[in-house]
Amino acid sequence: MSHANVAVESHAAGVMEERPFAIPSSKLVMWLFIISDAVTFGAILFAYGYVRNASADWPTPFEAPSIWNALLMTFILVTSSLTVLLSLRAAQTDDRRGAFNWMLVTAAGGTLFAILHLREWMSLIREGVRLFQNPWGAPLFGATFFSITGLHMAHVLAGVIALVVVALSYRAGRHTAKHIEIVSLYWHFVDVVWMFVVPLLYLMNMKH
Amino acid sequence: MSDAAAAVQHHGPPQGFLRKYVFSLDHKVIGKQYYGLALVAVFTGMFLSWLMRFHLVWPNAAIPGLQWLSRVGAPGGVMTPEYYLSLLTMHGTLMVFFVLTNAPFAAFGNYFLPIQIGAEDMAFPRFNMMSFWTTFAAFLALMTAFFIPDGPPISGWTAYAPLSAVGPDAGPGLGWGQNCWAISIALFCVASLLGSLNFIATTLDLRAKGMTLMRMPICTWAWFITSCIALLAFAVLLPACLLLILDRIAGTSFFIPAGLVVSDRLQPHAGGSPLLWQHLFWFFGHPEVYIAILPAMGIVSHILINSMRKPLLSHKVVIGSMLSIGFLSYMVWGHHMFLSGMNPFSALVFSFPTLIITIPATVLTLIWLGSLYGSNLQITTASLFSLGFISMFVSGGVSGFFLAQPSIDIYLHATYFVVGHFHLVMGVAAIFGIFAGTYFWFPKMTGRMMNETLGKIHFWFTFVGAYCIFMPFHYLGLAGNVRRYSSFVDDFMAPLMPVHKFITIAALFTGAVQLVFLFNLIYSRFKGAPAPDNPWNATSLEWTIPSPPPWDNFGGKHPVVYHDPYQYGVEGASADFIMQTSPEKLPEKS
Repeated sequence: MSHANVAVESHAAGVMEERPFAIPSSKLVMWLFIISDAVTFGAILFAYGYVRNASADWPTPFEAPSIWNALLMTFILVTSSLTVLLSLRAAQTDDRRGAFNWMLVTAAGGTLFAILHLREWMSLIREGVRLFQNPWGAPLFGATFFSITGLHMAHVLAGVIALVVVALSYRAGRHTAKHIEIVSLYWHFVDVVWMFVVPLLYLMNMKH
Repeated sequence: MSDAAAAVQHHGPPQGFLRKYVFSLDHKVIGKQYYGLALVAVFTGMFLSWLMRFHLVWPNAAIPGLQWLSRVGAPGGVMTPEYYLSLLTMHGTLMVFFVLTNAPFAAFGNYFLPIQIGAEDMAFPRFNMMSFWTTFAAFLALMTAFFIPDGPPISGWTAYAPLSAVGPDAGPGLGWGQNCWAISIALFCVASLLGSLNFIATTLDLRAKGMTLMRMPICTWAWFITSCIALLAFAVLLPACLLLILDRIAGTSFFIPAGLVVSDRLQPHAGGSPLLWQHLFWFFGHPEVYIAILPAMGIVSHILINSMRKPLLSHKVVIGSMLSIGFLSYMVWGHHMFLSGMNPFSALVFSFPTLIITIPATVLTLIWLGSLYGSNLQITTASLFSLGFISMFVSGGVSGFFLAQPSIDIYLHATYFVVGHFHLVMGVAAIFGIFAGTYFWFPKMTGRMMNETLGKIHFWFTFVGAYCIFMPFHYLGLAGNVRRYSSFVDDFMAPLMPVHKFITIAALFTGAVQLVFLFNLIYSRFKGAPAPDNPWNATSLEWTIPSPPPWDNFGGKHPVVYHDPYQYGVEGASADFIMQTSPEKLPEKS
């Protein structure tokens, strides 16, 4: 019997104290990571608000096409949160094929999001937006936009990789519905962060 | 496979040298690795403070061999004022991050938290190994700064912007030296986040049967609360470091205002705010103070209870006070910024919670003193250092009352008064906690006793020496002596030089006394008397297992806990202490 099984059966057999939260440790750690990561995003969004308020000439360049693009990206990301739920439901009812497929659909949604995002980055760069300058006003506009969306996109890409890895090991039988649930927690978190990014970075910077 | 399967990634007995001692998954080995790293860092940091103290009073004297450390910074062995600041930065960074965070929290916490709750390892041993080696990488990144031609950064451990952000124009060490610093601290943040996730999950999920939360020893609680603080504090320093790196490398200007002229060159930046760095840094920086001191509080309580042979006046109030300190630590960061140009009204807002936070700190002190009153204290080196901790904590804490008030702080800001304050309350006090923990737990960690006579010599000279060094700092500060100057020979501070000379001699002497500790540590490790399982007749779980413990702590058994952690001097019991695992029934209270 491997050591892991000893620890697992210890809880089951009541030789250890009950967990205060009725969830496995790995899920608890994901929640703790989400709390910590939320603080990280909070700090960087605070920094954005700070320099934005301190700048007299903050540019508001986004016109209808940019906003539509952001809304399309939002739609894709929210939909992928739904598909990861469908995957979890399938896994919980032992529909292994369904679970695997929905995981891949979710990863595809994340990839599509990243592609649309990169396309938008490229068009902004073509218009002359850099980390240290832009054609419209306060140079920090580019710095905050690229660093915040960049940090978010890094989370999306990490999530896509995690989704694919978990999906493959789920199909191979090494991972279970629990792992799909944990990776889906992370995926929802990435989605929730985007819900703060859209109004603060896009809607507030809309041309008016 | 059940739903809980693989919740805990446990490991078998380690095979081979690398797995046993280097890339070990065993929390005990990792704890010792953290302790060893802290030991290297503390002696390096202490050596740097020697160099600085020497330079302050003999600014023109050559220090033999210093030119080998930096040809630019110390031509002919005499350090330049800039190199003084470089050493100051490295001293602060090493001490705060790699000593005060690593030793009491990561080292002792790693070693004893799982044992004290009856677990065979951390919840995630692989994360644990990763967090140590990331910390080690952070240490190497920081030390690299010494080997860069113009030396380590001159911006202090707080790396205030814009000095830290504009780059080499601003002075020596602000090119790649500052990059090393920022990369090191970013890595350190990642490592601390991994570590605190692990500590929290372990404490909540891996407690032995009967080990309810209120039955955990006070130091377990302290490590738990500290990890909750670290989880949120380092999460803010990490993006701050990333933005600093962007400012330095990618040309952004988060922390650099427009129109800044440095070294006759207009900096190509606009729109940023140096205050933003201070907000982000101190939002981490103040909780960091409690990350350093809370574990020491826990360790000292744990030891004093054992030496007094009776519990503290209230277990619950101690834990409650530590929890409220942890909570309040997030509301006081602005008291570091009273004179930074922040709105003066917000100084008032930050002053209030700063004074409030002294209440739980005072409650803790009163509980220690009230419990000590009339107790039959056994004088061991560990209990002496615990008393020393209380002394340092009170002496350093009292000056905090003055600094917390914005109007008084206008005068005292950036003087030696502040330096004396934080060295006593956070530096020396936490170091005393580390010493106490070392003398107390060394028998468990190595299977050998430390030499008590050498320990007591070490204590008395360190105790008196630390006061000789840091008490006069307050006097210097009141006399208007500003900090971070490299010499005071030809200005209005010249009359204070005799005090500085006294401090320097005390520092050289007290530092030398630490070699007694180092000798004791190494000598006892190999030649000390063999330690029994429970040399201090203590009650908590770490004393129920052999010294040193086997790789899986409890030898494959599951301990069962029947009692509160500190059952000392229970009337009618069979001995003067009842171990937590003893099935003995407590006598009925009449």
